[in-house]
Amino acid sequence: MYGSTNLSEEDAKRMNTTVEDSDKLEAFESRIARGEKIEPSDWMPVEYRKQLIRMIEQHAHSEIVGALPEGTWITRAPNFRRKLALIAKVQDEIGHGQLLYSAAETLGKTREEMMNDLLSGKSKYSNVFNYPANTWADIAVIGFLVDGAAIVNQTINSKGSYGPYCRALERICYEESFHLKQGHDNVVYLATGTKHQRAILQDAINRWYRPLLHFFGPPDKMSAHSEKLMKWKVKLASNDDMRNQFLDMYVPKIWELDIAFPDPNLKKNSDGIWEFSDPDWDEFKRVINGGGPCNAERIAVRKFAEEAGRWVRQALMNPSEKYQIPLA
Amino acid sequence: MKNEAIKDLLFKMADDALIIGHRNSEWTGIGPMLEEDLAFSSMAQDKIGHAQALYNILHDTFGEADANTLAFKREEKNFKCCQFVEQPIGEYDFSIVRQFLFDHAELIRYDMLSQSSFLQLAQLAKKVKGEIKYHVMHADTFVKQLGKGTEESKARMQSSLNYTWHFALGIFEKSELENDLIFENIFDGEEELKNRWLEKVTSIIEASGLKVPATDESKIVYGGRKGFHSEYLKPLLDEMCEVVRSDEVTAEW
Repeated sequence: MYGSTNLSEEDAKRMNTTVEDSDKLEAFESRIARGEKIEPSDWMPVEYRKQLIRMIEQHAHSEIVGALPEGTWITRAPNFRRKLALIAKVQDEIGHGQLLYSAAETLGKTREEMMNDLLSGKSKYSNVFNYPANTWADIAVIGFLVDGAAIVNQTINSKGSYGPYCRALERICYEESFHLKQGHDNVVYLATGTKHQRAILQDAINRWYRPLLHFFGPPDKMSAHSEKLMKWKVKLASNDDMRNQFLDMYVPKIWELDIAFPDPNLKKNSDGIWEFSDPDWDEFKRVINGGGPCNAERIAVRKFAEEAGRWVRQALMNPSEKYQIPLA
Repeated sequence: MKNEAIKDLLFKMADDALIIGHRNSEWTGIGPMLEEDLAFSSMAQDKIGHAQALYNILHDTFGEADANTLAFKREEKNFKCCQFVEQPIGEYDFSIVRQFLFDHAELIRYDMLSQSSFLQLAQLAKKVKGEIKYHVMHADTFVKQLGKGTEESKARMQSSLNYTWHFALGIFEKSELENDLIFENIFDGEEELKNRWLEKVTSIIEASGLKVPATDESKIVYGGRKGFHSEYLKPLLDEMCEVVRSDEVTAEW
C-alpha cells in the first residue's frame, strides 16, 4: 500500500559520501535522465540498490501487515456483496506483497531475509497500519482514504527508474483503483444511512484524520533530503506535494457527504495549497518507533504466522535445490 | 414433498459452503506462506459465492427469503451444515486435510448434480464443479507433498486425518426426504456419494504415503443436517452477524 521514500539522517549522509566509478555512474545517470528503466542485471550504484531494497521491502511489508486490520472484518462483513468484495480486496493486498517481495528480490535480498527483518523490527512498514480498525466504518474509511492515499503515492512512484518496481506498481495501482471504488461505495452507504451508520463513519473519520496526514511522511522542512534520490528517480515528489494532492482529491468528497474532518483549520488557500493544524509529528515518530496502539500486535500476528507455518515451508523445500535469486 | 426434499438439499449445501467459506477466509493474512493466504482466500470467495447462488435458488424458486436474510438473519438451529465445516481452522494441517476431504465430496456431489432433473441446480452444478476442480487440485498437491515431506509433516498429516475422519463421514448424513430425490432423479443420494468419495480419497491418501483411518460407525459426527451443531457454530454466526445486528433491521449496508 505504501513505499516510503523518506531517508534516515544516516542514509542521507552516506548517500553523499559513497564513491562510485565515475564513468559507470555517468552512463547510469544519463540513462535515467533519458527516461530509460534500470533492469536487475544492469550496473547500478550501491546506494541506489540499497535505497530501492529498503523502499520496496517496506512497501511489501506494508501490504501484508495492512491486510491484518482489514482482515479481522472479513468474518463480520454485513452482506454477501461486502464480504466478497472485502475478501477479494485483502487478497489483492497480499498479492501485492508477493509481487513486491519478488521485485525486491531482483535486487539481491531474499523474501526470507526481508521477513526476518520485519519481525526483528529492522525494517519498517507504513505507520498507518499501527492503528486499530474498531468498527465496520473503519473498513469503509480505510478502503476509500487509505487506499486513496496509497494510490497518490504509488502512481507517482510508478514513474520511477527501476523497471521491476514500476511494472509492479502499475499493476497494483490498477487493482487499488477498484479498492477505492468499493471503499467509496461503502462510505456513501454509511453516510446516507441510519443515524448509527453516520455516527460510526464520523467517528472513524475523526480517528483516521491524523494518521492520514502522517501517511506521506514528515513535512519537507523536517525531512532529510537527497538530491540524488530525486535525480535517480527513486523519489519523485516531495511529501508535502503528495499530501496536498491527496487532500485536494479527497477532502471535498467527504465534505460533500456532510461529514466533517476534526480540524477547524482545514481549508484550501487561494494558491491551491491546503492548510491544516499541526498533526503532532511527535506522535508520528512515537508510532514509527514502536509506540503506536497496534505495533506490538501486528508483529505478534506475523510472528505467529511465520512460526506456525514453518513446518509447512520446511516440508515443501527440497534440500537438493539451492535457492536462486531471480535475475540477479 | 419433492419441494421439501429439494429445499433440504439446497439448504445443507448452501450452509456447508457458507460456513467453510467463512473458515477459509480466516486464513487471510496468517497462512504459512503468502501463496497459501491467496489460495485460501480464493477458495473462500468461491465457496461464499456458491452459498449465495444456492440461496438465490431457494429465494427465486421456493419463495424463501433473499440470500442475505438467509445467511445473516437465520437462527443457528435452522442451519443444516455438517459439524465438520464448523470446526475452527486450527493449525494448517487440520485445515488442509479438511479442505481435501470436504472438497473431494463437493466435487463428486456437484458432478452428480450436473445430471440432476432439477434444472436450476444442474446448471449451477456444471459451473461450480469447474471451480471446485481447482480446490481439489490445491488440496491434492499439499496432501501429497506434506504426506511425503519431513517427519513432522507426515506425523501432522496422519494425525489430522485420524482426527478429521469421523467428522468428514458426517458430511454424508442422510436426510429423511432423500428417497424423494433419488426417485425423481434429482440427486443419487448420500450413500452413492460416500462410496465414490471413499474410493477417491483412499487412492490419494495411500499415494501420499498416509494411512486411511479405520471407520467406527459409532464415532461418525452426525447431527448437523438436522440442526444439531457443535459449540463452534453459534459463536461463528454471532461474529458473522455482528455488524448486521448492531443497527436497525432496515439498515442497508
